Amino acid sequence: MCDTCGCNVTPGNAHLVKPGGALHRTDDGREAVSVLRNLLHENDHTAAHNRQHFDQHGVLAINLMSSPGAGKTALLEATIKRLGKELSIAVIEGDLETENDAERIRQHGVPAIQITTGSACHLDAHMVHDALHQLDLAALDIVFIENVGNLVCPASFDLGQHANVILLSVPEGDDKPAKYPVMFRAADLVLLSKCDLLPLLDDFSTDKARRHLRELANPAEVFELSARTGDGMTQWLDWVMDREARLEHRLGELHTDNHADATTAP
Amino acid sequence: MHELAVCQALMDQVENVAREQSAAHVVSIHLGIGPLSGVEPGLLSQAFPIASAGSLAADAELVITSLPVVVHCRECDCQSEVQPTRLLCSHCGAWQTTLVSGDEMLLERVEVICEKSTPAQARGVLHS
Ligand SMILES: Nc1nc2c(ncn2[C@@H]2O[C@H](COP(=O)(O)OP(=O)(O)OP(=O)(O)O)[C@@H](O)[C@H]2O)c(=O)[nH]1
Ligand SMILES: [Mg+2]
Ligand SMILES: [Zn+2]
Ligand SMILES: [Zn+2]
Repeated sequence: MCDTCGCNVTPGNAHLVKPGGALHRTDDGREAVSVLRNLLHENDHTAAHNRQHFDQHGVLAINLMSSPGAGKTALLEATIKRLGKELSIAVIEGDLETENDAERIRQHGVPAIQITTGSACHLDAHMVHDALHQLDLAALDIVFIENVGNLVCPASFDLGQHANVILLSVPEGDDKPAKYPVMFRAADLVLLSKCDLLPLLDDFSTDKARRHLRELANPAEVFELSARTGDGMTQWLDWVMDREARLEHRLGELHTDNHADATTAP
Repeated sequence: MHELAVCQALMDQVENVAREQSAAHVVSIHLGIGPLSGVEPGLLSQAFPIASAGSLAADAELVITSLPVVVHCRECDCQSEVQPTRLLCSHCGAWQTTLVSGDEMLLERVEVICEKSTPAQARGVLHS
């Protein structure tokens, strides 16, 4: 069993926990050591550490994921244009090779840290941790993390975000949630992007996209928007503002609780 | 392909276990993988020789057990085994379910041979 946090023993695998402790020695000199720990244990602990950093500074962290070219950077640009005056925003950009996306963001006067992953098809918690220390978290309200465009790999790596937002651009088809269940199960919000193209794509049903998401037992909301025309942006921006306010509220309560504990302690 | 990264993380854990046990080498590594973990057992097996090369586990057998996808229904309180792309309750059809098993990627067990092993082996060394 995980000695750090007792994670990972679920009803589904509890039968694997052998009675008689973690170590079992057989006559032929073999030792069977029972571990029962998530393969990405290190990543998960760094992710928790990142989340602490974010919480400490009251910074909302949003992990944006999608297939390549679904419109993540365009959405961020449109979001910065609308919220950049009210809120202090920074962006962490994950990309295989280029600095292009970070440069696009910087043109809007927002700090952007580019992580070039080389051959890695996803961001991991360590990469995000390194990027965090290049940002002045105390001066920020929101950090958007634009993950590498990929509907498979990023889903397995917790980064320490508060919410996963997944873009599904309408040219990709409405059955993407059924084809990529691991990714779409992780969504806290799904954005159907490039909705200005809906009139051209008569086979994309927004209802079907929603139904596929429910079939993954995911209750997440689904918004329709277009970063290009601005349609539907308000609902998304309200969602971001609401999450930011809720984080501030939660951290405020935590602070009061800690304070109360400290003053009533003997 | 993130399986190589996952496999490297696996090797770090296996090497820790081997070191703690003062193992001479690792005989076998046992994983439990659910289809909703995002890790493909086949790709993991392919990545293993690359990630384990030159380590104490270079000759180890990688044994991967596929774990079932099981959901618990919050509507009718039933448990059912389902397909990874349809997590609906198979009793009442509700989508309001909670995953009980199926998203694991677990290192379950490592079998090692120890340097200073059993008395029987120690005697064997003396005799040779
Ligand atoms: N019609 C339309 N096109 C869009 C919209 N948003 C983005 N695009 C176009 O889609 C293409 C990709 O957009 P990006 O914002 O670079 O997509 P991305 O997800 O950041 O791409 P990667 O970072 O490479 O994965 C560009 O040609 C954009 O102009 C939209 O709302 N409507
Ligand atoms: Mg981009
Ligand atoms: Zn743990
Ligand atoms: Zn049911």
